[in-house]
Amino acid sequence: MKKLFILLFSFLTISAQAASSEGEEFKPGDLIMHHIADDYSWHFADGAVLYLPVILIDNGKFVSFSSSNFYNENHELVPYEGYVLNHGHIYRADASGEPSEDKAGLYDFSITKNVASMFVSVALLFLVFFSIASSYKKNAGKAPRGLQSFFEPIVIFVRDEIAKGNIGPKYERYMPYLLTIFFFIWFNNLLGLMPGGANLTGNIAVTLVLATLTLLITVFSGNKNYWGHIFATPGVPKWLAPIMIPVELIGILTKPFSLMVRLFANITAGHIIILSLFSLIFIFKSVAVAPISVAFAIFMFFLELLVALLQAYIFTLLSAMYFGGAVEEHDHVDDMGFGEGAH
Amino acid sequence: MDLVTPNFGLIFWQLVTFLIVMFLLSKFAWKPIMGALRERETSIENALSAAEQAKLEMQGLKAENEKLLAEARMERDRILKEASEAANNLVETAKTKANDEGARMIAQAREAIENEKLAALAEVKNMAAALSVDIAERILRKELSDPKAQQALAEDYIREVTLN
Repeated sequence: MKKLFILLFSFLTISAQAASSEGEEFKPGDLIMHHIADDYSWHFADGAVLYLPVILIDNGKFVSFSSSNFYNENHELVPYEGYVLNHGHIYRADASGEPSEDKAGLYDFSITKNVASMFVSVALLFLVFFSIASSYKKNAGKAPRGLQSFFEPIVIFVRDEIAKGNIGPKYERYMPYLLTIFFFIWFNNLLGLMPGGANLTGNIAVTLVLATLTLLITVFSGNKNYWGHIFATPGVPKWLAPIMIPVELIGILTKPFSLMVRLFANITAGHIIILSLFSLIFIFKSVAVAPISVAFAIFMFFLELLVALLQAYIFTLLSAMYFGGAVEEHDHVDDMGFGEGAH
Repeated sequence: MDLVTPNFGLIFWQLVTFLIVMFLLSKFAWKPIMGALRERETSIENALSAAEQAKLEMQGLKAENEKLLAEARMERDRILKEASEAANNLVETAKTKANDEGARMIAQAREAIENEKLAALAEVKNMAAALSVDIAERILRKELSDPKAQQALAEDYIREVTLN
C-alpha cells in the first residue's frame, strides 16, 4: 500500500514536471497579482471565461464593446477600435497598435470583474434582506424563522453592540449606513473567498469609497463639541494651537485612511497567502507538497472566513466610534463633578 | 504599485452602487426590519411591565385582603368580647337580683315566722292565763265551799295585810 502511494506520487511528480517544462516558467508573483487584481473578463476556470463589457468615455465620446474583442482566436491581445489592453489597463492604441502614453480625456467605466462581482453581491444582498423584510411583515410580532432568525441576531448585534454602544442616543440615524456597510463588506468578503470570486473588498478603490463615506458622515455630523475639540482642544494652551490644529485635522483623515488600508490589506493578504500556499506546489514542482499546501490552505480558508466577518465588524465598529465621537455631548474636564444637570 | 492605485472606474461604480444599495436597503429592508424589531421589543417590554404591574396589583390585593381579614378578625374578637361581657353582666345582674330577692324573701319569712311565733305565744299565754283562772276558780270554788275554809283564807289575808 505504502509502495503504491510512493509510486503514484513519483509518477505524478514526473508528469507535473513534464507539464510545467512544456510552458513558460511559472511565476507565482504574476499569478497571485493577476488573481487579486481587477480584470476585464471573469475567469471562473480554464475555458469558462465571461467577457465583461468595456465602457469608455473618450473626450466625451461614449464607447462600449465586449472585452472579448481584445483577444484573437489564439487568445492573444489585439487592439480594437483604437484601444488596446495592456497589463490590465486600457490605453489608446497608436499607429502600430502599441499602447500610447497619451491618456488625457480617457475615462474607463468598464464593468470589470470587481464591478460584476459587486453586482452579484448586491443582488444577493437584495434577495436576502428583502425576503427578510417581507418575512418580518408576514409574521409580525411572532418569533423569527428561517433566514430571518439567522440574520436577526446579527442585526441586533450591529444595533446594540456597535451602534448603541458607541454612538449613544442618536444611533438611529446611522443604522442604515452601519448595517449596509457591515453586510456589504461581509458578503463581498465571503464572495471573494468563493472559487473564481473577485477580490472586491481587497481592492483599494472599494475601501477608499467606503472609508470616504465614513469620513463624510463623520465630518457632516460633527457637532460643536467635535469641532471644538479640533480647533480649541480643551486643556491645551492657546499658543499650541498652530501645532494642535494641523495635528487634529490630520487626525480626521488618518482615521478613515486606516479603515481603508486595514480592510484592503487584510483581505488582500488573505488571498495572497492562500494563493502562495497553492503556488508552493508549482514552485516545488511536486504533487507531494500538495497535501501540506492544501492542509495549510484549508486552515487559512477557515481563518479567512473568520477574517471576513471580523473585518466587516471592525470597519463597522470603527465607523460607529467615529460617528460617536462626532455626536458625543462631552463632559469637559473642568465641569466634571458639578456638570450634571448643566447640559 | 498597481495594487494600491485606486481605479477611477471602480470608484465610480462602487460609489454609485453602494449609494443605491444603501438607499434601497434602508427604505425596503432596514426600515421594516428595525421597525419590526422595535415593535416586538416594545411589545415584549409592555407585556413584561404589564405582568409586573399585575404582580404588584396582586400583591396589593393580597395585602388588602389580609388587612380586611385582620380587621374582620379584630371585629370578631371585639364582638365576642363584648358578647361575653354582656353575658357576664347579665349573669351578674341576675345573680345579684336573685340574691336580693332571696334575701328579701328570707327576711319576710323570718318576719312572718316571728309574728306567728309572737301570736302563738300570746295565744299560749292567754290560754294559760285562762286555764289558770279557770283552774284557780275551780280550786277556789272547791276550797271555799265550806265556811271554815273561807274563814281560814280570810284570816290568812288579814295576816298578810298586817305583815305588810
